[in-house]
Amino acid sequence: MEYQAKELFAKHGVATTLGKVVETAEDAKAAAAEIGGVTVIKAQVKAGGRGKAGGVKLAKTADEAFEHASNILGMEIKGLTVNRVLVTPATPPVEEYYFSFLLDRSNRSHLCIASVEGGVEIEEVAKTNPEAVRQIPIDALEGVTPEKAAAIVDEAKFPAELRDQAIEMVQALWKVYVEEDATLVEVNPLARLEGDKLEALDGKVSLDDNASEFRHPDHAQFEIREEADPLEAKAKDLGLNYVKLDGAVGIIGNGAGLVMSTLDVVAYAGEAHGGVKPANFLDIGGGANATVMANGLDVILNDPQVKSVFVNVFGGITACDEVANGIKGALEILGDNATKPLVVRLDGNNVEEGRRILDELDHPLVTQVDTMDGAADKAAELANA
Amino acid sequence: MTIYLNKDSKIIVQGITGGMGSKHTNLMLQADSNIVGGVNARKAGTTVELNGKELPVFGTVKEAMEATGADVSVAFVPPAFTKDACIEAIDAEIPLLVVITEGVPVQDSAEVFAYLQGKKTRMIGPNCPGIISPEESLAGITPHTIAGKGPVGLVSKSGTLTYQMMYELRDFGFSTAIGIGGDPIIGTTHIDALEAFENDPETKAIVMIGEIGGDAEERAAAYIKDNVTKPVVGYVAGFTAPEGKTMGHAGAIVSGSSGTAQAKKEALEAVGVKVGKTPSETAALMREILQAL
Repeated sequence: MEYQAKELFAKHGVATTLGKVVETAEDAKAAAAEIGGVTVIKAQVKAGGRGKAGGVKLAKTADEAFEHASNILGMEIKGLTVNRVLVTPATPPVEEYYFSFLLDRSNRSHLCIASVEGGVEIEEVAKTNPEAVRQIPIDALEGVTPEKAAAIVDEAKFPAELRDQAIEMVQALWKVYVEEDATLVEVNPLARLEGDKLEALDGKVSLDDNASEFRHPDHAQFEIREEADPLEAKAKDLGLNYVKLDGAVGIIGNGAGLVMSTLDVVAYAGEAHGGVKPANFLDIGGGANATVMANGLDVILNDPQVKSVFVNVFGGITACDEVANGIKGALEILGDNATKPLVVRLDGNNVEEGRRILDELDHPLVTQVDTMDGAADKAAELANA
Repeated sequence: MTIYLNKDSKIIVQGITGGMGSKHTNLMLQADSNIVGGVNARKAGTTVELNGKELPVFGTVKEAMEATGADVSVAFVPPAFTKDACIEAIDAEIPLLVVITEGVPVQDSAEVFAYLQGKKTRMIGPNCPGIISPEESLAGITPHTIAGKGPVGLVSKSGTLTYQMMYELRDFGFSTAIGIGGDPIIGTTHIDALEAFENDPETKAIVMIGEIGGDAEERAAAYIKDNVTKPVVGYVAGFTAPEGKTMGHAGAIVSGSSGTAQAKKEALEAVGVKVGKTPSETAALMREILQAL
């Protein structure tokens, strides 16, 4: 979110104004009174287009700040509820620029994008006047040296009177990018204020979860739990890779690619069964033992939208008999809490033994189907019953 | 013939003494891979016994190569140490480096990739199942029992979809199946593998498996148009997947592609690649091609 990005900016010496983050209209009023003068009340959610959605308002007085904050708090922007607003001094920019560092997958390196034309409407500028949006590759081994920063500033054609400030800011933003293990550091708009002062007015930082795990334990503070879906939060606590969707067929599989493929196959099968769709993404990874399987089933069965569950496992390293025992154990652990039909498709390593275990179990909720397409069809049919 | 890996390949394992390393070295030996040793700086000079074979542990990749003539290294080191392990292997000029490790910070991968330029090493991965040339050698974690040798070349971003596709086409078999990994920065791309399969006389047809995100499939499509004469069948996972993390405004500006499964499918079909809606349909498309050969 904006205020979190600004905290990281400030930590590494990027010129910005932090303002105050508040959760009630009363606190917004107090913050506006403390800051004094005209303030901006900005919705804090992880989504773009906040201004267009009515989530950013100017307040001339503290009472106006109260009024705007009351309207913005609780508002929904792109499906996200606004629980916080940022109150900052209103500093109308003389000019707006755009600046970012990001991971460039295509060239397998880092890239800088800079433009002195158009801040927030950068995508439009990129279409109508692509020459004005400079893309400057960064060598991953050398990084951004003072010389490189100067070259970036000159190539983007920052005004001469801002050159030194811009060079300093580019280096500070690179520090945010590298030292926080970011995949994106974006300043939009980068504002030229009265008195030729350069400041990051709004920003976005995306952090690399892989690095946060062992290099940046402090990044956990940026995660705001109440906004996550409760089932997603539960899955996260259980160490499961789960994403809630809107459909009726619960999905469990092993391997991200196979699970994504399973969602597709279920959606196609659903076309013949009243348009039912997948209810979630859940990848239980390689070790599909009874506990992991029980945890996964527990999360999915707690989703009131789920009407049937499709367990799709290809036994690679994990043998199918272990998976079958996992399902058996999970059903024992869940007992009467298992109430929805399960369609199981096992294939691969030790498949005969796996299927035999489930045949022998002969559980009233479990149906085995040999192929992925056939099982998807059965699960969709049960969800539409 | 195969690509990148064959029965003469001599393999060392970086991280051979760890849990993942020893488990999968065992499985690679069962697949008749010629494993000649391992690397762990703290256990140099000792040996480990795996699958009934006594394997020497060396302090560095360089020492291991000098002593054994190894030309492939498979890395199972934890993510925090992966960058250093890769640089060590690249400095030792190992011809093929297969990095299985999942969870490598992407800035580390960017550094390793930059370091690779102009060097003698081909890197596969990170975060991948590795490479198998069935009945010849396995350098990675792909189960060797799924399919045997045959005319199909397979390149995939996803591990389990690699297994699924090998299983679907097990009656035909594979020259080589390579899992390149789904990380944003990887050493070997779809295009690299397509080029190698095109030049391999034993590979008669190619299956290419992609996933949402990035523009690797679109680039592969452009490459196929001008450079690949062998039949290619494609599959892309993620038509109904939730929108993942966005890259702000910047991502779309850079790639000029939305990264969706639909966009990738269309790009591939535009250059004559048949794309299946599901893994089984993809396998059926390949089956038709193989039967007509």
